[in-house]
Amino acid sequence: MKSKVVLFVTIIICFILQTTVLHLFSIGSITPNLLLILCVSMGLMRGRKSGMWTGFICGLLIDLFYGSLFGFYALIYMYAGFFSGYAFRIYYDDDIKVPMLLTAVMDLLYNLAVYVLQFLLRGRIGLFTYLYRIIIPEMVYTVFLTVIVYKIFYYINKRFMTPTRKESESIWVLK
Amino acid sequence: MKNLKKKFRFRIHLKSKHLLAIMTFFCISAIVATLASGITPAPLKEAAGLIIVPFENSIASIGQWLTDVHSTFQDKQDLIQANEELQATVDTLTEQNNVLIQDQAELTRLEQLYDLDEEYSDYPKIAARIISKDPGNWYDTFMINRGSSDGVRVDNNVIAGKGLVGIVTEVGSNWATVRAIIDDSSNVSAMTVSTDDNCVVEGDLELIDEGKLRFTQLYDQEDRVTVGERIVTSNISEKYVEGLFIGYVSEIELDTNNLTKTGTLVSPVDFQHLKDVFVITVNKQDDIQGEGQTQDGAEENTEAEESGTQEGAE
Repeated sequence: MKSKVVLFVTIIICFILQTTVLHLFSIGSITPNLLLILCVSMGLMRGRKSGMWTGFICGLLIDLFYGSLFGFYALIYMYAGFFSGYAFRIYYDDDIKVPMLLTAVMDLLYNLAVYVLQFLLRGRIGLFTYLYRIIIPEMVYTVFLTVIVYKIFYYINKRFMTPTRKESESIWVLK
Repeated sequence: MKNLKKKFRFRIHLKSKHLLAIMTFFCISAIVATLASGITPAPLKEAAGLIIVPFENSIASIGQWLTDVHSTFQDKQDLIQANEELQATVDTLTEQNNVLIQDQAELTRLEQLYDLDEEYSDYPKIAARIISKDPGNWYDTFMINRGSSDGVRVDNNVIAGKGLVGIVTEVGSNWATVRAIIDDSSNVSAMTVSTDDNCVVEGDLELIDEGKLRFTQLYDQEDRVTVGERIVTSNISEKYVEGLFIGYVSEIELDTNNLTKTGTLVSPVDFQHLKDVFVITVNKQDDIQGEGQTQDGAEENTEAEESGTQEGAE
């Protein structure tokens, strides 16, 4: 219960930071995606279900305030959290390289999903323009931000949330 | 107690992929519901707004304060003051200039036909501050700190000192979401000032870097529209009140169909550093439908916006 409350508060804080403060740090009008880092981190540190719920709530918040289709971002973020949850059993969460790589992959997939579902379907076919202009810069910047904030999320998880590692004592036995 | 525990156990053992499938179904049905039947999650939005917006407001004001402190250190206070005053003067003068040029063109051709009831600066407007922006990089929407309690309604036009900024798409009691005209999904029915030719101004993500917008479907057989021409919102737009300045034509070329022209235009608004905007609190539909039905009209028309402006331009 405590971990759920902490998780929820963390999500709200990240959402507020993402929409207000992070724009001040944008380079070339590209803002890093803090919410995605949160989803990936939670997926990696706490498993598929936690990642999924984190993603769902993050996406829902975006949908509530900025989305044109209610449920669209919730869906994408949910899958991002869920898939990064697969790394939970395989990797240790105290190594920074894994979340960096995961964030890069998830950010790429997330942006491609947004592009395909909302731009390509409207006939905007210049994939490479968007790739060089938005997707890759955002990816690099988000990975950079991961290096900084992952430590914070890691601390929050260790300090304020009930540990989930116990469940995965059977870490090498893939069910 | 035991029963409760059992239930809890069961929930834990619900496999994550099943949960994923259930949530996916939920999300997709939400998407379909909003897309097809026009159900809006407005109450949810209102509730979420009550929680989030005060925080965003305070963060925005802290940010403002920090910026102020920063600029005090950077420059001399009086310089800032002078600059602000000058900027304000430039803004008002540009606005007046726009009005004058428009009026002149309008007068020479239409004096006998009708009286122009409303002018650019005559629209009632309220000042608002941008408190947060879209979290992604794909779209250009932002939230302002005024809502229905301040008289903001859906489809209200939003302007900054020099030109059109966007349109209100959602409203809560103390917040409103605005879609900028440079947003990739934005379409504005527009016209040229000197020749009254209609066109559609579209936001294009590929042009955002250059600070430009695209315009299409300009029918101009006599090649009278040239670079530098002023483009304003058109009289036949359903959503935008007439005569709001959008930008100057910067490139123009003939389409392959040899009938219409396409090009780009430059907006005088600095979308990157936008902080304060004005919301025009009358809707175009108010004029058409009269005061009594304004609310209904505004709501009905949110759906058909894009198609509406497209049709309007043809």
